[in-house]
Formats: sequence, C-alpha cells, structure tokens
Amino acid sequence: MTVGMNLGMPGGDNIQELSVEELRAKYGSGLEIQSEENMLLSMGPQHPSTHGVLRLLLELDGETVVNLAPDIGFLHTGIEKNMESKTYTQALVMTDRMDYLAPMSNNFGYILAVEKLLGVEVTPRAEVIRVILGELTRILSHLVWLGTSALDVAAQSVFLYCFREREYILDIYEMVAGQRMMASYFRPGGLWRDVPEEFVPAIRNFLDFFPSRIDDYEALLKENPIFHKRTKGVGVISAEDAISMGLTGPSLRGSGVNWDIRKSIPYSGYENYDFEVPLGTEGDVYSRYLCRMKEMRQSLGIIKQALDRLPDGPVQIDDRKIVPPPRSELGRSMEAVIHHFKLWTEGFKAPKGYVFQRVESPKGEFACYLRGNDTSKPARVHFRTPSYVNLASLPIMAKGLFVADLVAIIGSIDIVLGEIDR
Amino acid sequence: MSNSDGLFYEKVNDAFPESIIEVVDFRGERTLVVEQAYLKDICLFLRDEEDLVCNFLEDIVADDMLPEFPRFAVNYHIYSIPKNHHIRLRVPVDDPDDGPDSVGTVWPVAYWLEMEVWDLMGITFKGNDKLRRLFLPEDWQGHPLRKDYPLGYEEVQFSFNWQAIDAKKPYAKD
Amino acid sequence: MGVEQKLGNMGVVTTRLEDLVNWGRTNSTWPMLFGLACCAIEMMSTQASHYDASRFGMELMRPSPRQADLMIVAGRVSRKMAPVLRRLYDQMSDPKWVIAMGDCASCGGIFNNYAIVQGVDEIVPVDVYVAGCPPRPEALLDGIMTLHEKVRGEKLQEWA
Ligand code: SF4
Repeated sequence: MTVGMNLGMPGGDNIQELSVEELRAKYGSGLEIQSEENMLLSMGPQHPSTHGVLRLLLELDGETVVNLAPDIGFLHTGIEKNMESKTYTQALVMTDRMDYLAPMSNNFGYILAVEKLLGVEVTPRAEVIRVILGELTRILSHLVWLGTSALDVAAQSVFLYCFREREYILDIYEMVAGQRMMASYFRPGGLWRDVPEEFVPAIRNFLDFFPSRIDDYEALLKENPIFHKRTKGVGVISAEDAISMGLTGPSLRGSGVNWDIRKSIPYSGYENYDFEVPLGTEGDVYSRYLCRMKEMRQSLGIIKQALDRLPDGPVQIDDRKIVPPPRSELGRSMEAVIHHFKLWTEGFKAPKGYVFQRVESPKGEFACYLRGNDTSKPARVHFRTPSYVNLASLPIMAKGLFVADLVAIIGSIDIVLGEIDR
Repeated sequence: MSNSDGLFYEKVNDAFPESIIEVVDFRGERTLVVEQAYLKDICLFLRDEEDLVCNFLEDIVADDMLPEFPRFAVNYHIYSIPKNHHIRLRVPVDDPDDGPDSVGTVWPVAYWLEMEVWDLMGITFKGNDKLRRLFLPEDWQGHPLRKDYPLGYEEVQFSFNWQAIDAKKPYAKD
Repeated sequence: MGVEQKLGNMGVVTTRLEDLVNWGRTNSTWPMLFGLACCAIEMMSTQASHYDASRFGMELMRPSPRQADLMIVAGRVSRKMAPVLRRLYDQMSDPKWVIAMGDCASCGGIFNNYAIVQGVDEIVPVDVYVAGCPPRPEALLDGIMTLHEKVRGEKLQEWA
C-alpha cells in the first residue's frame, strides 16, 4: 500500500502526514509561490479537461489563478532513447505514437529528416500523396481538438459529430495502410505501397460532404452566446509574447503572426499549392478557434489541388539500398533476395552528419533532429514537438483568470500529452 | 540552403572574431560551431542585429557523442520570422556540470527548453536556476539520453521461457 | 421491451439473488474517464457516435474514481504515472474491475525501456487484456463483453 499513497513525488510520502508547509515546499517544485495566503491546488494528472495526464500546480487566490506551473512526464515513454536502438525503418513506428492525434504528420517529419540525411528525393507521385494524407491528418487532428475543446466548455454534441467524421478519415487510413491510427505509411524513399483504387473516389467523396459538416459545427458554436462568453477575451497572448515563448501553429497565428512552415520553408512541394494562412487578430481562445476552423477549409483546398494533379508513376525511388524490392522480384532474382535480406535484417546506413527537418504539424512546428554516424541506427533523434513548447506559454495566458477559464485555454492550445512527454 | 548563410558567418565573425571554431555545411544546412564562452553574446547579437533579427528560438538539442571529445554538444536552432532565415549554433561542451550560459534572457522559452535538456541529458546551464526534473520522477538517478545510460530492456516473455519469467514477475494484489 | 411477450403475464419472476446482482452489475458498469495515451483516443471512439458503448450500459464515464466500477487502463503507464494509477485504483469502491487496453498496458508493447512499466498487472490486478496497438473499438467492446461474462460467473462472497 505504500505505493498507493505516493503521488510520484520525492520519497513517496504519505500525503496525510505532511504539514502544509512541507507540502508547499515539495509540491511547489517549479512554482514560485507569491504569497503565503494563497491556496495551492494540484490539478491532474487524472483530470478530464487536461487532455491526458497533464498535471498543473496552481496557486489560487480564491478562484483566480495567480501563478501556475505545468508538471509533465506522466507519459514519458523514452521514445528518443528507444529509437537509438532501432534501425531507421524500425524506429518509424515510434513516431506514430508521439502525437497520436496526427500520426501521419509525425511520420512526415521523421521520414523527411531521414531522407534529408540520406540525400534522396522521392518521386512526384509519392510527394503528392504525402501532401494529401498530411492535410487529411490535419483535419483529423483538428476534429479531435474541436470535439474535446468544445466538450471542455460544455458543448457535448459537437464531440459526437466530430467523431462521426473522424471515422471516415480513419477508414481512409485503414484503406491505405491497414491500420486505423498508427499507419507508418510513409517510408524512407517513398510510401509503403501505392494507394488502392478506391482512394481517389473516397477522398473526392470526403471533399464533397465535408464543407457542409464544417458549417454544421460552426452553426453550433460560432454564434453561440455561451461559447462567446467562455472564449472571447480569454487567454490573450500578444504577438511579441507568443514569439518569444516559441508558440507555433494555429496558436501563434491566432495572435496575428503570419508564420507557417508550409509557406516559409516549404517541403514536399508545398510551394506549388495555392492556399491561405488564416490569421487571427485578438490572440484569445476565440481567435485560435477561428484559425483552426478556417485551416480545415484551407486543407480541403490543398487536398483538392493535389488530387487534380496526382501524377502516375512509382511511389518509391529506385534505390535498392533503401527501398526493399517488390515481392514479385523475390522469386526471380537472387540480387533482390540479397537486398531484401540486408534491408530487413540490417537496414540501410546513413552518413555522418546532422540534419534538422521542420514540418507544419496540426499543432505547430514539428521538427526532427537526426544525427547519423555511418551505421544503420540513428545516433541521436530529437523531436521538437509543438505541444511541448506551446505549453510554456500557458502560465502567461492563464494569469489572473478563473480556473474555469483555464480549462478553455488548455483546450485552445491543443496539447497532446504523448507529444509533450515523448 | 538559405541565401543568408554567408551573412550569418560574416556578421558573427566580424563581431566576435575568435568565437567561431568551425563552419559546417551539410545537406544545405549551415552550422556555426562556436565557443561556449561567447554563446550568450552571439545570441543576443543575432536577435538585435538589424539584418538578422533572429527573434525565434526553435529548439535546443543536446547531443552525446561518446566516445568523441568533447563529449557533449548543444545545438541551438534559431530562426528569424521577419527575415525568414535560420541558423544552427553548435556549442561543444566538455563538462556537463559546467555548461553554457542560459539564453533565457534572450528568448524566455529557453528556460523551458533547457529544463528538458538538463533532465534527459544532464547538461546544466549557467544562470537558469529553474532546472528541475520534468519528465522523470524527482528521485530519478541519472540522465537517460546519455550513451552510457542503459536502455532498461526487460526480457520478453515467449512460450519457451514463459514459466521462468512468470515466476519472478511481480503481479499486483488487490 | 419485448420481455413481456416472452414471459407472458406472469407478474413474478424468480431468480437467484446472485444472478440478479450480477445482471445489474453487468448492465451498468461505469468506466472511469481516464485516458493515458493513444489507446484513449480509441476508447473515446468507442464511446462516441459510431461505436456507441452505451448499448452496453456504460456510456457514463465517471471522472471520479469513487463513482466508477471499471478502470480501463488505456495506454502506456510510465514509472512516474504508476503510483498515481495505483492510487486511483485504491480509491475506487468495490466491486471493481480492470481492463488493460492495448499492448502497452498489457505487456509494455513496443516500448521496452526504462520509462515504461512492462504491463500494468505489476501495479493493479487485471481482469481482461485487450490486444492491439491500438485495439480497434470492436476489440475493446469484445473485451468488455468478456468482462461481463466473467462478472456473471462471480460469487457474491468474493466482494463481500
Ligand atoms: S498499445 Fe499502442 S496505441 Fe495503445 S498506448 Fe501503446 S503505443 Fe499507444
């Protein structure tokens, strides 16, 4: 039973045996307590509105938040360390499980980093399919965000609608990759295999019905006076603060900073697409909401353009040192068998050097730092995950507001704990 | 390669002539390997110089290069939103207890990023007194991302060794 | 409800108390609203419109452990989370059951490293393991039905 009383805090104390002063000293780690009069509250790690296992240490004056410090790590998985013991291809499956609301964006970032390290370029068809799936993933992630953050401000029905549409996208995932969530579909040198025939019609169908669904969501929230009261003027962050706190993605654009990696450092052919970057003006929860809603429509536009220009051709590069030979060759060619064996037992070798590849994930700037050392395993993998950095600005947004507003703000910066803790 | 790479080198070299150890170009990314002592001044310079305005710190990445020497390195990925250019500063670190200066006064987000580096790699930053265990429990020993830290692999249960592992597995009771 | 036609107008139904209690327990198992990682998203899908777990009397997720009967450990449990998880389990009132959802909760899954507890059965006693990474909502529903089966066979003294 000793373990039951330990809250993951130093030494495993029994909480009831500590005096208030001792509690303050221990639980206040990271929190600079401003006044002895105030109350300390620990919110989480099991709390329905923290979107996972986030724990917040709050210093409260009555109902008002005076100060707060996030306590994270309840989902620390050791992904970065674990990837060092796997080959480049094996390590791919770990990236899915970081931001599990947008698995393919993580694949995207990691795979582009591997390809940059190897110095290979993928085929045009693979590039376009990647863009389509990347944008679908953005919608997928925003749908979960919309559902759960609306749930936090007590709009239950939006959640049910969002998850209905989410199933459709998950079906597309399953169609291309065979898995509902953890697709691992992007591979070094292209894709796992070509998309099936039903892919294009399924996406066209999605493009047809989805805009009206977005209208539905907006009808529920956009003009809703309760929603306005909960979100307008809440959690404001100025553009300067947002930049200096490293905020990225729709949370940054909600403050009116025009910065999107798809525009400024284009990857995978994003420079050829015509789309707008929605900007907010106020920097509050409502602006961030508007930005994400508009972003979904922009993503639909990108998917449409991509479908129209989807070229024919192979989806993998023709380098047998990186891409395994097709099944049909294995029966005929000894060389193919050797390549196949080498790739699946040892993997390809990447040169010495380090690269940093940025992509725009649904939550912000996702970047992968990769160091190779002439072996088939990465020497160091590091992910700059948007949720982790965005969380740093939570204290700025929440100061002086009520605890109930805090819930709305956490929803609006769209954090995923798997990505924060890695 | 962004066309400002040359500009970065010139400007930094002019302002701090002895600071740059090496310039690395790899896959279109430029890295300035700089001396630990100059780091904070260079960062301040990058942020405030008119032609550079690097107002955005993207990431701080620590690297363990065992058995090379110096063993550690810290990478700063710095970006300029108005100018749309970026640079990587790389600082070799011999002694993790005597790490580089904190750049938290230049970009406030650095305090938060440095905390991660300290927790997982154990490199301290002078001037950042907020370093604490973030991802791991407070009483954790060691820094897992170092190369000499074991992965902590546990034996996997298959049918041939099922009973042996089952016998020593600590199952929970009610 | 359909039962009337089957039974006719009997007015009285006789059964064993044990069966009646277990029938009640299976039809109103309230899970704890407690997600850890990726599997929690599939758990949400199970609750949401398409798969609709309320068909089994368990649409009511209780955020408070005091009101919950079933803990679905949906996701990987880190060393930092483990004490918290056990504490939540201890706070639940009897009778209580645990489903380990996903490979990570069952055995550590793909993360065999320093940070992850290799199976939650080291921390809490598990009744049903659901395999998959993440398990499909159907798999979770199947796990729940398996649990119902188990509950139906339980003796009253076991929880007394
Ligand atoms: S079993 Fe798979 S999906 Fe579930 S928590 Fe583990 S990694 Fe995530």
